[in-house]
Amino acid sequence: MSILVRNVSRRFGDFVALDDVSLEVESGSLTALLGPSGSGKSTLLRIIAGLEHPDSGRILLSGKDATALTPQKRNIGFVFQHYAAFKHMTVRDNIAFGLKVRKRPKTEIRDRVDELLSLVQLDGLGDRYPSQLSGGQRQRMGLARALAPEPEVLLLDEPFGALDARVRAELREWLTRLHDVVHVTTVFVTHDQEEAMEVADQITLLHEGRVVQVGGPRQLYDEPASEFVMRFIGDASDIGGVLVRPRDVELLQEPAGGAVEAMIVRMTVLGRDAKVELHDSTGAEIVAVLSRDRFDDLDLWRGQTVWVRARRKRVFAA
Amino acid sequence: MTSLVSRLGPRSVALGYLAVILVGPLAIVFWRTFEDGFGPAWDALTTPETFNAFRLTLIITAIAVPVNTVFGIVCALAIVRKTFPGKSILNAFIDLPLALSPVVVGLSLFLLYGQDGWFGSWLSEHGIDVLFALPAMVIATIFVSLPFVAREVVPTLKEIGDDQEQAAWTLGASGWQTFRRITLPSIRWAVIYGVILTTARCLGEYGAVAVVSGRLQGQTETATLRVQERYEAFDLAGAYAISIVLACIAILVLVAMTVIRPRGEEAT
Repeated sequence: MSILVRNVSRRFGDFVALDDVSLEVESGSLTALLGPSGSGKSTLLRIIAGLEHPDSGRILLSGKDATALTPQKRNIGFVFQHYAAFKHMTVRDNIAFGLKVRKRPKTEIRDRVDELLSLVQLDGLGDRYPSQLSGGQRQRMGLARALAPEPEVLLLDEPFGALDARVRAELREWLTRLHDVVHVTTVFVTHDQEEAMEVADQITLLHEGRVVQVGGPRQLYDEPASEFVMRFIGDASDIGGVLVRPRDVELLQEPAGGAVEAMIVRMTVLGRDAKVELHDSTGAEIVAVLSRDRFDDLDLWRGQTVWVRARRKRVFAA
Repeated sequence: MTSLVSRLGPRSVALGYLAVILVGPLAIVFWRTFEDGFGPAWDALTTPETFNAFRLTLIITAIAVPVNTVFGIVCALAIVRKTFPGKSILNAFIDLPLALSPVVVGLSLFLLYGQDGWFGSWLSEHGIDVLFALPAMVIATIFVSLPFVAREVVPTLKEIGDDQEQAAWTLGASGWQTFRRITLPSIRWAVIYGVILTTARCLGEYGAVAVVSGRLQGQTETATLRVQERYEAFDLAGAYAISIVLACIAILVLVAMTVIRPRGEEAT
């Protein structure tokens, strides 16, 4: 099912959460709504789900206007950051909930729950209560519960936000694999650009209630539409008023045209690459990444004064 | 030494206070009742008037408790989950029965339903007796026992948040299904606790019911009114015996509460 968001605005009192946002999510895609906190990404997701209402604008699901539909009628699955587990029900009953309220036959429910338990690798834990599960397990249960009624859209609100780094990495990878198997149109909200780059095939970057760029992970990194995008996606250093990616920083032993003086404060060898951190004359940090060959040739030392220059320049209209 | 004092100090003050104010008088009532054996107490309890008084108390309780339970849950949901004009006024008014003397409640009902009251003349024209009859006594009891369920449920609703309810909606559950399967099981211990407190309040109500009942012996006399009536008739054995039964019910209610409470905490 495709999702179309048309000119949606939403304010909470004086705070503008969404300002004339339009967005298209292709059927079957895995899309990230990325942005810093307060950018409106969660509000947008909740409006798509019907849990929140736009002040103006429309939501179209599969081409049909769904703006006035309740969450019950949108055929969506929603995964909450803090799991929203039904605490008084077993894992099995949690997953079966969407099927029970639809009054599906008992045997069908049992088979579907068994299938989902194994899909989310919770076999054998069906009779536990949510309080007896780890955070990662609870969130997998939340996913199974959302998938049980076979929704046409899966919406995830910072699904890995409450988990520790190791479990988060595991679940990210697992979500991409799941999407390959289940092919449901998936939209997830995150403030973590790495997570968005790793999981999504389309990223919508939001900032202060507006969409600032839409594209694939590579496009956002290679062709940032603004200074904000460039700084938010991947590292960027400021050399004499120009934003430069670490790989585009050129290190020179001698002064040269357009080069800025800087002092090396730290060097790290990362296998075939090396990372050099420098401070310019104002103390601002510059990060350079260069190949090992070049790094070894330069024979740098900590505290050394060098000159840095941008190999590829990006100047954004203010 | 000081640590022993500071350790035992608050405890002995609390227990001593309870002994003087609560346990002492209650023990004397027990003792006086059974001073001459069980016979006189039993005789006093089995008179038709006393029997009728207990029956009336139970009928009133059986009506007031369910009404206030439903109202309390609806009010709590409105206060916690909805925004509407006048919400803070509703929130404040729910506590009114706790602050207002029951006698004042009784008097206000008197003014509403009496012969010259706002509704009184219309009701008597249509042959409906409210005052000096069951309806007024039920209304008075409902009024004084109104806050308990709502006051228990409100903090629990706030604590559980609305994530689970929203999850149920996205899974296709209607408003009623969400309430039945998600909200109610989450607040059930608060509701039970509130029901117990409401029941205790209904059984023990005196002031408001005294004003509106007319105290017709064997007709509009509840158990608490009967105690007063026996006392005034110098039938101390009878007054004590009825008091004992009321006290026993109260103790049972408290025991039920302490038994239920720890399980309720564990169930979440």
